[in-house]
Amino acid sequence: MDKTVKAEGRSIDSASPREAQSAAKSARLARAKPPAAIRLGIAKTYKLYINGKFPRTESGRYFTVADAKGNIAANMCRASRKDFREAVLAARAAFSGWAGASAYLRGQILYRVAEMLEARAEQFVAELKLMGVDKRAASREVTATIDCLVYYAGWTDKYQQVFSAVNPVASSHFNFSILEPVGVVSVLAGRENALLGFVEAIAPVIAGGNTAIALASEQNPLCAVSLAEVLHSSDVPAGVINILSGYRKELAEQFASHMDVNAIIANGDDASEIKMIQEQAANNIKRVIIRKKPVAPDPYQIIDVQETKTTWHPIGG
Amino acid sequence: MNKATAPHSLNFDTGWAYSPAPESIDHVEIKDQYKLFIGGKFVAPKSGKYFDTINPANEKVLARVAHAGVADVDRAVKSARDAYDTVWSKMKPAERGKYIYRIARIIQERAREFAVIESMDGGKPIREARDVDIPLAAAHFFYYAGWADKLDYAFPCRTPQSLGVAGQIIPWNFPLLMAAWKIAPALACGNTVVLKPAETTPLTALKLAEVMEAADLPPGVVNILTGDGSTGAAIVNHEDVNKIAFTGSTNVGRIIQRALAGTDKKYTLELGGKAANIVFADAAIDQAVEGIVNAIFFNQGHVCCAGSRLLVQESVADEVVAKLKERMQTLIVGDPLDKNTDIGAINSAAQLERINAYLDLGQEEGAEMFQCGGKNPDKGYWCQPTLFTNVAQSHRIVREEIFGPVLAIQTFRTLDEAVAKANNTQYGLSGGIWTDKGAKIFNVGAKMRAGVIWANTFNKFDPTSPFGGYKESGIGREGGMHGLSAYLDLH
Repeated sequence: MDKTVKAEGRSIDSASPREAQSAAKSARLARAKPPAAIRLGIAKTYKLYINGKFPRTESGRYFTVADAKGNIAANMCRASRKDFREAVLAARAAFSGWAGASAYLRGQILYRVAEMLEARAEQFVAELKLMGVDKRAASREVTATIDCLVYYAGWTDKYQQVFSAVNPVASSHFNFSILEPVGVVSVLAGRENALLGFVEAIAPVIAGGNTAIALASEQNPLCAVSLAEVLHSSDVPAGVINILSGYRKELAEQFASHMDVNAIIANGDDASEIKMIQEQAANNIKRVIIRKKPVAPDPYQIIDVQETKTTWHPIGG
Repeated sequence: MNKATAPHSLNFDTGWAYSPAPESIDHVEIKDQYKLFIGGKFVAPKSGKYFDTINPANEKVLARVAHAGVADVDRAVKSARDAYDTVWSKMKPAERGKYIYRIARIIQERAREFAVIESMDGGKPIREARDVDIPLAAAHFFYYAGWADKLDYAFPCRTPQSLGVAGQIIPWNFPLLMAAWKIAPALACGNTVVLKPAETTPLTALKLAEVMEAADLPPGVVNILTGDGSTGAAIVNHEDVNKIAFTGSTNVGRIIQRALAGTDKKYTLELGGKAANIVFADAAIDQAVEGIVNAIFFNQGHVCCAGSRLLVQESVADEVVAKLKERMQTLIVGDPLDKNTDIGAINSAAQLERINAYLDLGQEEGAEMFQCGGKNPDKGYWCQPTLFTNVAQSHRIVREEIFGPVLAIQTFRTLDEAVAKANNTQYGLSGGIWTDKGAKIFNVGAKMRAGVIWANTFNKFDPTSPFGGYKESGIGREGGMHGLSAYLDLH
């Protein structure tokens, strides 16, 4: 289903600045009708989240997202490839600190994200409702998201024990294999479950000590972009999670081809896009994880973006 | 002997020469011609083509082997599919395991023959083939045999399923060992195999086919196709292959990864490396020097995880380099079948040309080259062990995989500088750390972005030990429990 918005019958997708301005204005008005001059509502400007800051796209472009009734719900930043590259720089810079943080600390921070989300649950329910999810389902999605975060918070200091090994080599060496995060991971979030799907995609990446650049669902970006506010107030270090909104067709290739991204997780089942991603990923032997359907949380999704490091040392001396 | 005053004090090649100690080859059987091993039989290639495999130490033809074309690959895949559907996937896992145990035992029994052929076909010293390649190949089969009926214990809350037909393409540096790395876990996990050995080293894979026959392995479970890159491409592109396992260069790995785009084939890639071997001032220097020699000159440097970049702390650099040069003079380059030989023949004329091009390039770039100046045999392909000093991080001999006995030496002052230089590469296969401080090993080991870390040792391998790279050194692990997942569907 294509929810690209037409305002008053015309596409405002690549409108002139003036047209854009008036469209944005009408969008805000549509969202916040003040009852009889009591008070004018304050609509939120949805922005990108890069390196712990909330910039607008450097390109100055935007696209609109329609609510369930076809009204403009928000003007979203239409992130550019340059925004993506900036985000990769931030993610790379944040990597060694986050990968080197103790598993306990990563767990506490993920748990903190859950706490913050719990406190703001209503905001996310409202955003989901705006996009047409009924109230009960919206509320279920938000609680499931919180529980997903708690689930992965708990895994941070356990997956290593379950999946690492001491290897009984025949020679006189002590030999052990541990898991280490693969590095910078780009994530294309799926269309389903604007909030839950997004968090299910990024939580195992972060839990394992990677840093990420995630593209919110193009059709349904509100919750993902709002999630940045939650992350920002949860002690997640700057650059660990970077969130972009924009056109997937325009950005997916860059997500797959960038030479300083170590792995890509692509949610979706578009065969031609999958092929393109896998081809581009070969540029730097990127790890490619394709999830054609949403998957329930499990520790194997942490392992998908881990490397196994094996260390040898002689015994004796 | 006074080391301080005699620059050639360790040169055993003066006066006290070693007598030749060649390994006997009379018990080795090499046929004049080998066909393809498909469906449990040696069959003539539909392509009708054959090519020579030569001994790189004397350029003599050892045998003619078949060149598998597209039709031959198709036939082998069909045979593997048939064996998978009718026999191998239906067999009790414990029985599957027993076949693999048998293979391990037969290799052990015929170990000496395998070692000699490996040395003759590939140029590696008989000592290495005898002590490393062949025992490890047998050990790999023995290790994975036992996994066949225990897979459920390796992956909590999952029910592992076999994949189907595995297409496997292996390199020329450890021919039989790489075949074992590939075939053993594939079979243990319930898959059938189409394996292509490297063009220049097909013989031990063909001898392994004889082992499969001797073990009564059901026909089609393992098929062995000799050929060149076009044969490999036909395997990669065959529609009915479920999994590709490749060991070789990063460039070819890239081509394979691209070719597999849009397919559901699972793949593992073991690719190139440019490992940093870091020697700290507090290391046991004499041990470190031995380690450096082993890291770069083992198997003529034809090792993807070779320690081809030496990073030595500035305060001990002079001492380390001096001792290294001295030690290099004792290395015996020559007849691979001689038990005294340390460095055998370069695997092929093409590889020698590549190495020599890098030797020229290194000097053109301004690096200082050191060789001991030993005499090469008249026939065959040889490269004296080589050091480059005065190199910069940007030099191509520092950045690119040479795959020969060529070491680039850089220095560093601080631990952070060492780590930064070590990680400044597209590769991430292995790394070495030499220090007497345990805390430093854990610190540096954690910071090095590489899949295998050898601390106060180098180039050690074991079937229980996962092997594989970060970054452009590959995807996935081979060996150990972690190597199983490459051959299983865990969803």
